[in-house]
Amino acid sequence: MPNLDAAFSALSDPTRRAILARLALGETTVMELAEPFEMSQPAVSRHLKVLENAGLIVRRVEGAKHPCRLAKAGVEAIDEWLAMLREALARNYDRLDQILADMKPENGKV
Amino acid sequence: MTLNTEGDTHVVVTRRFAAPPEAVYRAHTEPHLIQKWLLGPDGWIMPVCISEARPNGKIRYEWTNGKGGGFYLTGEYLELEPYSRIVHVERMHLPNPTPDNHVETRFDQDGGGTLMTLRMTLPDAETRARMLATGMEHGMEASYVRLESTMLG
Repeated sequence: MPNLDAAFSALSDPTRRAILARLALGETTVMELAEPFEMSQPAVSRHLKVLENAGLIVRRVEGAKHPCRLAKAGVEAIDEWLAMLREALARNYDRLDQILADMKPENGKV
Repeated sequence: MTLNTEGDTHVVVTRRFAAPPEAVYRAHTEPHLIQKWLLGPDGWIMPVCISEARPNGKIRYEWTNGKGGGFYLTGEYLELEPYSRIVHVERMHLPNPTPDNHVETRFDQDGGGTLMTLRMTLPDAETRARMLATGMEHGMEASYVRLESTMLG
């Protein structure tokens, strides 16, 4: 079960968001990630560790390489959470539509 | 309705209403109106609503789900331009206060209706992430829409 708090915290960093965007294109090794970001491999590894702990990516061992990819469950959990929040907000404004409709006769009097 | 993050610290919400700016502005500032709609998920009510719509005026909203769950928000109005613009700060108490969320709400005439643009500014990216993760703040949590489309697209 992904930890949403850790996931959002992990997402607060622009580099980690860019790494996720890259991983959305497919499985990638640390070395391949380090190149476009002009970062050292240890620096990339630190970011990957945060993403892994948040349940957003998974890594496997393949010899000396550790290819990583997006964790479907983590990404879906965030998506569901945001959909829920968006729905709550949309409901607020749907209620407000009704309030505004009810205010119209009142406005007429003013 | 649109919801977007902007830069590292902003969240921007827009919504059109079929009522003039005056009505939408009043629904955002008058307690008896706020209590009817600013509720978030179904089942929640706002038994306490203080909204002193003047510079330095206090804001306090208390929500409960009637099952022992509840939280509250406090804030202060900074600027009010009836019926076009409100600037205020707010923080959630969960129960510890969250960092201040600086909010500018604009109400622009849009034909016979109103285009509302709500722009939140959080102190830093981490705070914005926390706010989104905590999932409160009167249902105003926006989204990493851009990120989602990048990640899922």
